[in-house]
Amino acid sequence: MVPTYCKFVIFNKIVRLTSKMLFYSFFKTLVGHEIIVELKNDICVTGRLHSVDQFLNIKLIEVCVSDPEKYPYMNYISESFIRGSVVRYVQLPVNSVDSQLLQDAARKEITIR
Amino acid sequence: MVTKMPEGEAEPVSLVTIKEPVDLIRLSVDERIYVKMRHDRELRGRLHAFDQHLNMVLGEAEETITTIEVDEETFEEVYKTTKRTIPMLFVRGDGVILVSPPSTTS
Repeated sequence: MVPTYCKFVIFNKIVRLTSKMLFYSFFKTLVGHEIIVELKNDICVTGRLHSVDQFLNIKLIEVCVSDPEKYPYMNYISESFIRGSVVRYVQLPVNSVDSQLLQDAARKEITIR
Repeated sequence: MVTKMPEGEAEPVSLVTIKEPVDLIRLSVDERIYVKMRHDRELRGRLHAFDQHLNMVLGEAEETITTIEVDEETFEEVYKTTKRTIPMLFVRGDGVILVSPPSTTS
């Protein structure tokens, strides 16, 4: 039998763990959608979101680069893994984002913390 | 004679709900905010979500990029701004300098 205070501690840990994952969960809902990832070096990569991890590293498939004349070496890339830290923006498909759900989750996440 | 409220009961709402800086942003959810970014970029948009890193999702985001161009002959500095609108934008928190709530956003 687990004492009540232990249960409380365990619950809090779980809540804290899951509460740091708002954008990870969010990006998981966007798997399979077309997104545009803008990197800190101004390269724009368009592709279908294949997967994402807790660091918001992004794996894209069916990649194409917006300005191929400027970055010819990117022409040959069809799949890419993008390190989360080099991302500046991600342009999202507006129809696949539930903004109400997102707002509620954001309020909850920061309150729990 | 003015009667004093018992301490702790008549605290203004703003003091109750804002305990730490991040609460100011929490109150700005679903409002238009102004975000100053690194490399002379600014964003205005509706805040849908954020986290402790200040990763954010902005709706109807308008990005303004300011660049300085020096005139070759007169060496005058010309500020050039380029704007674009993105319907739904995820912003990585490490580029954020400041976030301003709607009351001070033009």
